[in-house]
Amino acid sequence: MEKQKPALELEEQDKEQNPIIQLKGLGKQFKTSNGPVTALDDIHLEINPGEIFGIIGLSGAGKSTLVRCINYLEVPTSGTVIFEGVSLAGKDDKPSLAEKLFRFLSGGSDQAKKNSEDIRRARRSMGMIFQQFNLLAQRNVLQNVCFPLELIGTNRKEAQKRAEELLKMVGLEDRMKAYPAQLSGGQKQRVAIARAMATNPKVLLCDEATSALDPNTTKQILGLLKQINREMGVTVIVITHEMSVIEAICDRVAIIDQSHIAEVGKVSDIFSNPKTPIGRQLILGDAAKKVALGTERRLRIIFDGRESSEPVISNLVLACKVPINIMHAETKDVGGKAMGHMLIQIPEDETEANRVINYLKTVKVAFEEVR
Amino acid sequence: MVWDATTWEMLKTGIWETLFMTFASSAISYLIGIPLGIFLVVADADGIRPMPVLQKMLGVVINLLRSIPFIILLILLIPFTRAIVGTTLGAKAIVPPLVVAAAPYIARMVESSFREVDAGVIEAAQSMGATTWQIIWKVLLPEAKPSLFVGAAISITTILGYSAMAGFVGGGGLGTIAINYGYYRYQTDMMLVTVVLLVIIVQIIQESWMKVSKITDKRIR
Repeated sequence: MEKQKPALELEEQDKEQNPIIQLKGLGKQFKTSNGPVTALDDIHLEINPGEIFGIIGLSGAGKSTLVRCINYLEVPTSGTVIFEGVSLAGKDDKPSLAEKLFRFLSGGSDQAKKNSEDIRRARRSMGMIFQQFNLLAQRNVLQNVCFPLELIGTNRKEAQKRAEELLKMVGLEDRMKAYPAQLSGGQKQRVAIARAMATNPKVLLCDEATSALDPNTTKQILGLLKQINREMGVTVIVITHEMSVIEAICDRVAIIDQSHIAEVGKVSDIFSNPKTPIGRQLILGDAAKKVALGTERRLRIIFDGRESSEPVISNLVLACKVPINIMHAETKDVGGKAMGHMLIQIPEDETEANRVINYLKTVKVAFEEVR
Repeated sequence: MVWDATTWEMLKTGIWETLFMTFASSAISYLIGIPLGIFLVVADADGIRPMPVLQKMLGVVINLLRSIPFIILLILLIPFTRAIVGTTLGAKAIVPPLVVAAAPYIARMVESSFREVDAGVIEAAQSMGATTWQIIWKVLLPEAKPSLFVGAAISITTILGYSAMAGFVGGGGLGTIAINYGYYRYQTDMMLVTVVLLVIIVQIIQESWMKVSKITDKRIR
């Protein structure tokens, strides 16, 4: 591996740019009694090493299936998952007779694939945490964290030492002998995180990891995920239906809607300029619907923190001489930056409305019309 | 009837034979039933190692064995029993038919215990790259343990009930005494005594296994 220095640096740079996970034309169909149901269709995604990548969608959009395809808990019906440059589908060489028999007994090659040694090896490089924590109820906290280490045959002493370190990291060193039934939801998720990190995975998959937790605990768990990402360099993939989770920790986000990726981009970009109705809906939440009275024209103004000293709305009213109705406003912490948005109602009169729009354009405040 | 030393001796032998039949056949039935129960769950179409064809076939065989009345099975299996234990009389001779009747029953009990294990926990183990064997040994068996003990309480007491039928084919145990003295000779008091003894044994077995289940279960505390 010893090469000249420049080449090595180049290689490292390359590594930075090569996605750790690539999804190419991924599709998943489920056979149900009511005919096939498409959960995912033609999904293309690239996830870079070291980032926190969010996948957001309403329930039933296919996001849980998507995350399960990444570690082959669900075998995609089309397309490929490429992890660190290697396709998880494996080589398609001729199966041996024993393999054929096994596939026959297993009810198809999909099931055989799901259990192959290659897949298991890849899974060990990807930790996963769940909405319902999924801890082993008959094992105490320490034994739960040791579990993945037992699976790979780490000796007991070493496994315990590693587990103790991890439990210290998640702040549960005093509950090591407790059983899951004695823990709160937040504590259970901490144990699950420690367990998922035990084998030093490169990727941490979080399937609705905070959806069963209260807002305060959610904040702590998200903080922990961010800390793991920053300190251990682990790529984190967050599946959620809550925009606030994405805003709090994600670098980039993919919005999934009806089995398709609606849009992908940096969280701050999508926040200030969503291109799809679903994106707008997720960002504004119920606010857009709550104020959908009458046929008035409404604008969504986005503040990215720079104009905070400038009284935008007051100046707007003074300059345009039109009444403005503020219908909704909030400030959010998007990737550590304070970003706000406001929903205002402007006059229906075309000339007056245009005056407002032109004013906003000249003062360079980001906005968009909401209908 | 007279309550002399011989009567007590007979009852003592009866108790010992009943316990022997029950526990010997329970132990053997569990040795057969646990792997079968595991297979029924693991090889199910949506199990962790699906082999739906074999699983369905096993299911049919188990249902078939379970639908034969025990008293018929006792008679049907006489040649089999003779081949294995060399006799068709006494407590020992009741063990093979008891096993044939109980193993499929236990397979179903074990299956239902395993099905209670949270699918999410199995999924978590899979996400860590666990093999099928690892999931069976380290997830299914330990997580189902309390439920398996409850199942054992039910299974063992049921087997004890079956063993009481042994009297009709010259077996042994308390059931035989109840039939021979109480039924054939109209000695109601003797029948009562044996029934009371059976009730006490069932109570002890049921309660002690339930206790074991509770002690080992870490979910409630």
